[in-house]
Amino acid sequence: MSVILESRNINKFFHKPVEFQVLKDINFSVQKSEFVSIMGKSGCGKSTLLYILSTMDTDYEGELVLNDQILSGKSQNELALVRNEQIGFVFQFHYLLSEFTVLQNVMLPGLKLAKKSPEEVEASAMEKLKLLGIEGEAKKIASRLSGGQKQRVAIARALINDPLIIMGDEPTGNLDSKNADNVYTIFRDLSQEKGLSLLIVTHDLDFANRTDRIITMEDGKIISHK
Amino acid sequence: MNFKIILSIARTHLVSRKRQTIVAALGVAFGIAAYIIMMSFMTGLNGLLDGMILNRTPHVHVFNDVALSKIQPIDLSEKYKDHTRIVTSVRPEKTQPRIKNATVLAEELRSLSEVKAVTSMVRAQGFYIGGSSRLTASVMGVDPEQEALYYKLDDYVVNGSSADLNATPNGIILGKGVADVLSLSIGDNIQIGSPDGSNFQFKIVAFYQSGLADIDKVQSYVNIKSAQRLMGESVNYITDLNVKMHDMNGAPDLAKSLKLSFDVEAVDIQTANAQFETGSSIRTLISYAVSITLLIVAGFGIYNILNMLIYEKMNDIAILKATGFSGKDVQRIFLSQAMIIGMIGGALGILVGYLVSWLISRTPFETEALPTIKTYPVNFEPIFYIIAVIFALLFTFLAGFLPSLKAKKIDPVDIIRGQ
Repeated sequence: MSVILESRNINKFFHKPVEFQVLKDINFSVQKSEFVSIMGKSGCGKSTLLYILSTMDTDYEGELVLNDQILSGKSQNELALVRNEQIGFVFQFHYLLSEFTVLQNVMLPGLKLAKKSPEEVEASAMEKLKLLGIEGEAKKIASRLSGGQKQRVAIARALINDPLIIMGDEPTGNLDSKNADNVYTIFRDLSQEKGLSLLIVTHDLDFANRTDRIITMEDGKIISHK
Repeated sequence: MNFKIILSIARTHLVSRKRQTIVAALGVAFGIAAYIIMMSFMTGLNGLLDGMILNRTPHVHVFNDVALSKIQPIDLSEKYKDHTRIVTSVRPEKTQPRIKNATVLAEELRSLSEVKAVTSMVRAQGFYIGGSSRLTASVMGVDPEQEALYYKLDDYVVNGSSADLNATPNGIILGKGVADVLSLSIGDNIQIGSPDGSNFQFKIVAFYQSGLADIDKVQSYVNIKSAQRLMGESVNYITDLNVKMHDMNGAPDLAKSLKLSFDVEAVDIQTANAQFETGSSIRTLISYAVSITLLIVAGFGIYNILNMLIYEKMNDIAILKATGFSGKDVQRIFLSQAMIIGMIGGALGILVGYLVSWLISRTPFETEALPTIKTYPVNFEPIFYIIAVIFALLFTFLAGFLPSLKAKKIDPVDIIRGQ
């Protein structure tokens, strides 16, 4: 098994309003095709950790390694490319571009990467939508979809560039149990069939219990791997 | 490739906010159109007004002035050299108004490379005779072809043209004021009395209307030979040489050197009409000030709209950044929105500006001063349209730059966390 994502001694401080250490010496790794969840109470730093792991937050100490590549200290432009190509995101709120069609939303990161022609990106976007069972909504404007549908579109978008890892910030937090179950099933299939690694921050114990490993955090520290 | 997506995102943002986009573009269009209309109309008017002076005035006017001699006989005396010398009641020497050796001087002038043309003229004084009344006449003897070519004589000739002077022996282009007083019309004859008492008959071929009543009551144009005959002089008799130069800025130097080298008086156009440039440069300045103000106002409109758009689009910006668009890409998205507004507004402004300018150029405008002008003068020079486009793009770029910089700097984590 190869390591996809590794966090080495990551520390983070908030400077305002007072000096405060949010993350204390975070060390862990995620293997290829592993489905990992991070749990913890509100304010324990799990979302903050996820933003660091996702490369969007660069204000930390320590080292972040993705696929044997040290990401700490890279420029914003290089990190944007890494996010584009290697990391897929799913947020609690659906975060689609509301004026664009479902298909356009899914295609955008693929067009940005520009490794395929627009036609190929479109075909691949349709394929991802089909995988998630929402190919029928492709031409609809994103804002017209229901919450569960939007979350599936967001997952399809996360998949468009065939990333190494998908990160989710409470992707089921805003969904009813049926839809949450759907999302779990989709993630499970992705890790088993496509060999994708998944790192999901969640409050949902049912969801977490079904993952390969639960990382529990408290007061900015990892207190258990299970 | 990258640019294509950025443009398509920018377009979608603009299209989904049609009304704001249109208002912003109209702001730019308004500024651009106002600039084009004001500049075209102002420079058209300037050209007309300057032309009234420049067309009619030679760059250097050479003539023989009656003047006091600067050196009196006593000044030459050795005996009173160290004395204070006072001479009273000095009179000018009797001189003829003709230029000495005018033909030679004219040839000399024509040989200079900076000189475009030299025209000869004979000013003759006399009287228009109408029944028992005699009106002062100032008759200009000219070469009609040259006068029309270099001094736009035809612009001030009505009911005929300067060419008729050559076609008709003893033809005259009579001042409109004289014609009105003596109730003469085209084809009538008029008697002109010369200073030495003899009468000459001329046939009216056209009227001269300068717009200045005092001149129109006195001045007439005839062939140069007729004027010489009126004065009882030979073909060598020339009273004025009018010099047109390639570059009128050389006029003062030429006038100075003529005065030194020849026994003549020479006046350059800058000295003769010192005030005319001031007016046109101030009018141009005002047009620029007003249209740039309009463009700045339009720029603030764009700035406002983009700023609002960026607040509305915080989520979009966060998503784009999270999914791998760099800060530069996001900045370009908003900057290209500003530029698209600028281009649409600029194109619209040029169209409207051209149409309104065209309408103005078709609007009747009749004035006594300019008998040949029938509509408002408008300058359709392409340079104004080019400057307008540059302005439109420059101002929208500046207006879009700050908001787009803000979009570039937005931290996606702040937005995602804040939800």
